[in-house]
Amino acid sequence: MLPSTISWATAAPAVSAAFLASLVEVVEAFTIVLAVATVRGLRPALTGAVAGLGLLAVLVFTFGPLLDRIPLQALQLIIGVLLLLFGLRWLRKAILRSAGVIALHDEALAFAREASELRGAAARDERHLDWIAGLAAFKAIVLEGIEVVFVVIAVGAGRGLLWPAALGAVAACALVLAIGMLLRSPLSRVPENTLKFGVGVMLSGFGVYWTGEGLGVTWPGHDFAILGLVAFFLTFGLALVPIARAPVNS
Amino acid sequence: MNIFRLIVSEFIGMFVDDEFLAVSILAVVAACGLVVWSFHAGSLAVALLLVIGIAGVLMSSVVKGAAK
Repeated sequence: MLPSTISWATAAPAVSAAFLASLVEVVEAFTIVLAVATVRGLRPALTGAVAGLGLLAVLVFTFGPLLDRIPLQALQLIIGVLLLLFGLRWLRKAILRSAGVIALHDEALAFAREASELRGAAARDERHLDWIAGLAAFKAIVLEGIEVVFVVIAVGAGRGLLWPAALGAVAACALVLAIGMLLRSPLSRVPENTLKFGVGVMLSGFGVYWTGEGLGVTWPGHDFAILGLVAFFLTFGLALVPIARAPVNS
Repeated sequence: MNIFRLIVSEFIGMFVDDEFLAVSILAVVAACGLVVWSFHAGSLAVALLLVIGIAGVLMSSVVKGAAK
C-alpha cells in the first residue's frame, strides 16, 4: 500500500489524523442530516447530502491536480502554515473546552436546534420545506466535508500519502454511517473534545514539521521528528489545561 | 449565491478564528523565514525557533482566551 520511501513514522500519524479529524466532522454532518431526515423524511436529507458530496467531488477534481504544479518545498511551506492555523485553532479550542472556559459541543443539542429550526420553517412556509430541508443537509455536508478534504490533502500531499489519508477519511465516514444507521440518533456519546484535542495535537505537529521542511530545516531523526513534535504538543497542550482553568477559578 | 458566500466564509473561518492566534502564527513563520534567508541560520536553530515560537503563541492565545 505504501511506497517504499514512506516510513510508518510519517504514514501512521497522517492516516490517524485523517481518520480522527474526519470522525469529528462526519459526526457533526450526520447530526444535521439526521435532523433533516427526522423532520422531513429521507428524500430531502439524501438529496441534499448527495448534492453536497457531488460539489465536494467537483472541488477535489478541479483543484486537486493543481497541487502537482506547485514546487514541493513551496507546497510544504503553504500546507505547513495552513496546518498550523487549522491545528492550533482546534487545539486552543479543545484546551479551553477541557478547562471549562467554553462549553463542550453537544450533538444532542445541535440535533434539537436543527430540528426546531426546520419545524419553525415548516410553520412559516410549508410549500418550500423540502427545498429548505435539502439545503440544510447540503450545507452540512459541504461545510464539514471541506474540512475533511483539507485535512486529507494537508496530511497527505507533502509525502505522497493522499490515498492512505483518504482511506482513513473514508473509514471514518463508513464507521459513523454504520453506527448512525444502527442507532438512528445523534452520536452524542462520541468524546468529541478528546478527539479534537488529539487531532489538534497531531495537526500542530505536522504543521511545524512541514513548515520547517518548507523553510529548509533538516529535522533531527527525519520523519521520526513528527512523532517527537506530536508528543511535545500533547504534553504542552495537557499542561495548558490547568493554566487555562486557573483564571476561571480564581 | 448566499451558499457560496457561506462556503467561502466557512473556509476562511477554518484557519482564522482567533485573529491574535492567526497573526501570531504568521509572524513566527515570517521570523523563521527571515532568520533562514537573511542570517543563513542552521537547521537546528530555525527548528528550535519555530517550535518555541509556536508553543509560545499557543500559550498566549490560551491564556488570553481564558482571561476573557
